[in-house]
Amino acid sequence: MISIEHITKSFGRFKALDDVSLQLESGRTISLLGPNGSGKTTLIKSVLGLVIPEKGEIKVNGQAVRNNWQYRGQIGYMPQIGRYPENMTIEQVLNMIKEIRHENTRYDNDLVDGFELKKIQHKTMRSLSGGMRQKVSACLAFLFSPDILILDEPTAGLDPVSSELLKEKIMQEQDSGKLILITSHVLSDLEGITSHIIYMQDGKPLFYKSTEELQEITGEIRLNKIIAHIIKGQQHNKKGVEHENHS
Amino acid sequence: MKTIVKYVFLDLVRNKTVLVYTLILAALSISVLGFDANTSKGLLSLMNISLLFVPIISILFATIYFFNSIEFIELLLAQPIKRQKVLLAEYIGLATSLSLAYIVGIGTPLIVLAAGAASFTLIATGVLLSLIFSSFALLIFVLFKDKTRGIGAAIILSLFFTILFDGLLMMFIYSFSDYPIDEVVVGILSFNPIDLARVLMLLKLDVAVLMGYSGALFKKFLGSSTGTIYSFSWLLFWVFLPLLLSVRIFKRKDL
Amino acid sequence: MSLIGKKILSLLGLLILTAMSYGSTIYVKPGKAAIQAAINNAIAGDTIIIHEGVYNEHDIHVSKKLFISGKGNVIIDGQRKSEIFVLSANGIVLQGLTIQNTGISSMQDMAAVRIQEANYVTVRNNKILNNTYGVYVQNGAHCLVKTNIISSGAVSEQNSGNGIHVWRGDSLRIEGNKVSGHRDGIYLEFVVHSIVVNNTSEKNLRYGLHFMFSHDDVYSKNTFSDNGSGVAVMFSNRVTMTGNVFKNNWGDAAYGLLLKEITDGKIEGNLFIRNTVGVYMEGATRIHTSKNIFKDNGWAMRIQASSSNGSFTQNNFINNSFDVATNGTMVMNVFKNNYWDKYDGYDLDRDDVGDIPYYPVSLYAVVTEKVPTAMILYRSFLTDILDKVEKVMPSIIPDQLKDDSPVMKKWELK
Repeated sequence: MISIEHITKSFGRFKALDDVSLQLESGRTISLLGPNGSGKTTLIKSVLGLVIPEKGEIKVNGQAVRNNWQYRGQIGYMPQIGRYPENMTIEQVLNMIKEIRHENTRYDNDLVDGFELKKIQHKTMRSLSGGMRQKVSACLAFLFSPDILILDEPTAGLDPVSSELLKEKIMQEQDSGKLILITSHVLSDLEGITSHIIYMQDGKPLFYKSTEELQEITGEIRLNKIIAHIIKGQQHNKKGVEHENHS
Repeated sequence: MKTIVKYVFLDLVRNKTVLVYTLILAALSISVLGFDANTSKGLLSLMNISLLFVPIISILFATIYFFNSIEFIELLLAQPIKRQKVLLAEYIGLATSLSLAYIVGIGTPLIVLAAGAASFTLIATGVLLSLIFSSFALLIFVLFKDKTRGIGAAIILSLFFTILFDGLLMMFIYSFSDYPIDEVVVGILSFNPIDLARVLMLLKLDVAVLMGYSGALFKKFLGSSTGTIYSFSWLLFWVFLPLLLSVRIFKRKDL
Repeated sequence: MSLIGKKILSLLGLLILTAMSYGSTIYVKPGKAAIQAAINNAIAGDTIIIHEGVYNEHDIHVSKKLFISGKGNVIIDGQRKSEIFVLSANGIVLQGLTIQNTGISSMQDMAAVRIQEANYVTVRNNKILNNTYGVYVQNGAHCLVKTNIISSGAVSEQNSGNGIHVWRGDSLRIEGNKVSGHRDGIYLEFVVHSIVVNNTSEKNLRYGLHFMFSHDDVYSKNTFSDNGSGVAVMFSNRVTMTGNVFKNNWGDAAYGLLLKEITDGKIEGNLFIRNTVGVYMEGATRIHTSKNIFKDNGWAMRIQASSSNGSFTQNNFINNSFDVATNGTMVMNVFKNNYWDKYDGYDLDRDDVGDIPYYPVSLYAVVTEKVPTAMILYRSFLTDILDKVEKVMPSIIPDQLKDDSPVMKKWELK
């Protein structure tokens, strides 16, 4: 599980994260949603230690993130854009990460097999399409059966078959009690796999609720409807506030 | 760390730019050394080629490479490994490839066609310049967020060391020519790795007498073994200074 | 009597006549002071033949006209005690000896062979080894020093002497000697109407050949290599320098040819190769320099502003780091019809003469002349660019110092 306590991060004047506190429990698939610049990526990067917050503390399974690197052995990360050294082959990329995480010797090859990467493992990364590179990224994230999976726009660029395969894998991992954190723009892709939703706005989580709860509140079933409902209400409130200010 | 160095290196030996760079260096050195019976003159030409091209190509290529690797570096940083290790490994992999390109391109023809102390000095300084300007590229990479600005900085920095610095030095020498400034000039010179490499190399060739002609202390001091050690120490300093700065800055850098 | 018989007779007669003119012949074999004894016993016109062997003798005074010749390997060893031969009569001939190991003294110039106040003396075909001074002419005229090998292992200028040293001389001829390892190879002071030809002077500490206050002399077809400096001509007038080779005079302050306060000289058909400075002129007046080759020198020529009315024509300048350097805006000398390999002008009218002038003094040469410290920037990218820009728009370089008619093709010289 990941516990985030009073995290603040600003880039110059811009506050990307503003006193964010969240408890991300194991066994959940949490979708991190929100408009561009709402702080989703900064939040993920803070968990991964790529961004160093000014204030607050993040703990991954009880281990503080700051000045620590071992904790990342429990995380599998799939970046939004998978760019790799051009002349490396798929096999070399997989081997490289395996060698870096040499303490972990049991590999989960489900996705490698599912995407049939073995067949094309001698191809260089330069020759691969964006979708293919996404597949490599996905494989890398799941390869070491980590407790926590952080997937940044995992389905973008994947063909429908692969996308389904990935979703199945995500559900399977959730069932085995892992924590999965996903950001995505394609809400329909999160349908059915997400158990909780965090909606970020202006560097703050607007809400963090389970899907069932949201369905109950909004009376909608489909994700995009739920979100649309809430955003509308949000804008309405905002207008109301502005109106009050003017009068 | 070794793992990353290995794979970065494996990637770069198959890099087309590195390959072309090696071939051009080889073609230049073979044509310069092959057509000219006068080894000293050939070495002088190769020195000028090295001083002009090695810094600018090293820094530009390295800067572009680092910025292009930013996503991959992020992926690596998401693995259980120390930040510094990732950065240093990227540097070592890249600097090794560029040095190797120089050793193969210039070094091999030199050893075959003109083995000697001067040739060895040229190879050593060329490798050091590759290391130094890769190191500067790393510093640029950690300082700038944006690739375009990074490349701009790389061009400015290499131009500064290639020509601007010498211009300022010339102005300084001219303005203070009435004072005994030889020692000061040697001091100032130490701040430009390209100048250090040039003087180090010149003093190994017979044109060194031109430097000693006016009784200046350059040849006396820099030409001595103490001077050689002095120059090489400074060159090493210029490898490590940007490198250590980069590591320090990178510790706190947001990606 | 047959014709042949007559010829033999007349030849015999000639031989007898010759023998008579030299008087009798005395043979010397190794022994204590054997040579001096033989000389003392001889009368003017006698011949002394010294047999093979080692003679440990010094201060051998020859004060009458004798013909002294070695037979086989004759070694006369001064054992580092004093001078060896002192020749003080006209017409002495000394030949075929190995004369070695004079003393070393700071009070007296120790010479292997001293010609003292004597004319028409000949010293030839000797090996003169490891001496302070080799052949020392002290006020002599019409003397001949020919095909000797004069070498020593001088280490410092203070404790060494010159290979051939002349102090006051007239109409001397110094020919075909090989001089090495002395202070100056050949040193001439107050020497007039003399000729130095076909000598090789190398690896001497200071100069290969050195003129002081010597006028109307000629030196030609000599080779001066690896000396401190090749040749120095100082305070001398009307010296002719032709067909010599000045090479490898390579060091911090090494010149091929150093001219100081001289007038009316001629420098023609010489080769200057691999010298730090090919020709250095200071206070040189009316020196005409033509048909020389300057190749691979640091500076082909350094012409100080005190030099005037000279001309530089039909020379080849090839692959010198700097062609000409000067400390002023010298316009008192004429450059014409030289070949400059750095010339990048054009010849549209195809008369083999470039259509635009060549400025042999580069900007960087001017800068380093004024500020020697700037030499630290030699071969830097900056100085290359500055030189190129200055060539296009001369502003600092002495624009009067130019060759208005540079030739496009190398002169066929040598």
